Amino acid sequence: MGERSALLEGLRAYRLIAGMWMRSSMTYRTSFVVTVVGNLLVTGLDFVGILLMFSQVDSLGGWSLPEIAFLYGLSVTAFGIADLVLGSMDVLGARMRDGSFDILLVRPAPVLAQVGADRFALRRLGRITQGAVVLGWALVSVDVDWSAPKALLVPVMVVSGAAIFSAVFVAGAAFQIFAQDAAEVQNAFTYGGTTLLQYPPSVFGKDLVRGVTFMLPLAFVNWVPAAYVLGRPYPIELPRWAVFASPLVAVACCVLAGMAWRVGLRSYRSTGS
Amino acid sequence: MGSGRLYLAVAAGGFRRYATYRAATVAGVFTNTAFGVILVYTYLALWDEKPHLGGYDQAQAVTYVWLGQCLYATLAIQGGGAEKDLMERIRTGEIAVDLYRPADLQLWWLAGDVGRALFQMLGRGVVPFTFGAVFFPMALPTSVTPWAAFVVTLLLAAVVSFALRYLVALSVFWLMDGMGVNQVLMITGIFFSGMVLPLNAFPGLLGDIVRVLPWAAQIQMPADVLMGETDPLGAFAFQAAWAVALLAAGRLLQSAATRRVVVQGG
Repeated sequence: MGERSALLEGLRAYRLIAGMWMRSSMTYRTSFVVTVVGNLLVTGLDFVGILLMFSQVDSLGGWSLPEIAFLYGLSVTAFGIADLVLGSMDVLGARMRDGSFDILLVRPAPVLAQVGADRFALRRLGRITQGAVVLGWALVSVDVDWSAPKALLVPVMVVSGAAIFSAVFVAGAAFQIFAQDAAEVQNAFTYGGTTLLQYPPSVFGKDLVRGVTFMLPLAFVNWVPAAYVLGRPYPIELPRWAVFASPLVAVACCVLAGMAWRVGLRSYRSTGS
Repeated sequence: MGSGRLYLAVAAGGFRRYATYRAATVAGVFTNTAFGVILVYTYLALWDEKPHLGGYDQAQAVTYVWLGQCLYATLAIQGGGAEKDLMERIRTGEIAVDLYRPADLQLWWLAGDVGRALFQMLGRGVVPFTFGAVFFPMALPTSVTPWAAFVVTLLLAAVVSFALRYLVALSVFWLMDGMGVNQVLMITGIFFSGMVLPLNAFPGLLGDIVRVLPWAAQIQMPADVLMGETDPLGAFAFQAAWAVALLAAGRLLQSAATRRVVVQGG
C-alpha cells in the first residue's frame, strides 16, 4: 500500500516538474523548433553513416540494409524514449558538485522523480521520431514471413528496450553519486550501448556478445528478439524461450537499478559548501 | 620575446586547467576506448566485405578508428574546447575584460586551446590509442620520419580546429546565444571530420567535396600522413592553407564584432 502511493506520488511529481520545463521551453518557440530539428539531424548522423557504408557494400556481417535498419530503428527508438524520460540524469554529477543536489533532497517529492524530470526536454522527441521513421521503413522493407508472435515482438522490444535503457540511466546516476566527476563513464553504456545495438551481433567478437547478453543484458533490447524475427542465427547458444525474455530482463534490470539507486542515495555525502 | 612568454603561460594555464579533472579524464579514456572497440568491429566487417575500401587495408582502417578516438577530445571534434568559454564570455559580457588585456584576443584563445589540446592528447588520447595497438592489428610506421611528420600535422590540425571554432564562437556577438551554432558545430564536426566514416571511404562526388573541406585537416590528414598514404608536404600545405584562411577570417570577423557590437552588460 505504502509502495503504491509512493509510486503515484513520484509520477505526479514527475508530471508537474516535466510540465514546468515544457512550458519554459515553449516560451521560445523558434528556438524550440530549431533544437528539435537539430536533435533529429545529430541523431540521424549514425544512420547516414550506415547508408554511406551501404553505398559501398551490399551487406554488413551478412545482414542487409533493411535488416540493419530494423536493428537501428529499435535501438534508437527505445533509447530515445529512455532519454526523453530520464535523459537529464547525466547532469547529476554537476548538481552534486555545485551543491544544488541537496535542494532536491529536502523537497517533499521522491528524488528519483525530481532528478528524472530535471531539465525535461521535449526536443528529445527528435531522436524518437528519427528512430521511428527508420523502424517504419525497415518494417515495410525487410523480407520477413510475419506471424503473430513476430509482429507482437516489435512493440514488446520497443517498450522493454526503453525500460532496459532507463535502468542503465538510473544505475548510471547511482554510480555518479560515488564517482561524481566520472559522469562520462555512463556515456559508454548509454550512447555506446545504443550505437552497439545498431549493428548486427555477427559483426562483434563472441566475448563482447556474451558480455552484452549475460552481464549487461543490452542484447535483449533488440539483438536476441530481432534475430528471431529476422530468422537470423544468434552468434551464441541461447535457450529457445530467450527470444521472448525481454520483458522479464527489463523488469529485473529496473529492480536492480532501483536498488542501486537507493544504496547510492543513502550513502550520499554533501559537498557541504 | 616577452609576448611569446605570455602566450606560453596562457597555454600552460590551459593545460593545467584540464589536468585538474583527473576522474573526468579517466572516465573519458574509458568511454573513448569503449567506442573505439565498437567502431573497430563495424569497420572490420565493412572492410571484410570490401577490402581496400578507400585505399585502406584492414589494419589501416583499425588505425584510423583509434586515431579518431585519440583526437576526438584533443581537437574538440564536436566542440567543447576554448570556443565554449569564449561564447559564454561574449554572452555574459565578460569579453570586455578580454578586450582590455594588452594581448591579442585570437592568439590568447589559441594559446589556451593548444594547451588544452596537448593535455587532452596526453591524458585522454594516448591510452585508447595504445589499447588499440595492443589488442588489434594496426598499421604503424617503424621509422622516425613518418612519426615526426605526424607531429607536425597534429599541430596544424589543432590550429585549423581552433580557427574553425573561434569563427563559430564569434557569431555569438550577433546571435547572443550559442545553442544553435553549437549544434551546427557538433553535426559538421562529427560528419565532415570523418568520425562517422573515414573521408576516403565516402562515395563519389560527396567524397571529393568532403576531402577538400577544412575538417579534412583534422583526422584524415594526420591519419594519412602517419600511415604514409599521402605526401606529408602536400598535407602540410593543405592544412596550413586552411589554417591561414580561417584565422584570417576570424580576424576580420573579430574586428567587425569589436567595432560594431555593443558588449552585453548589466
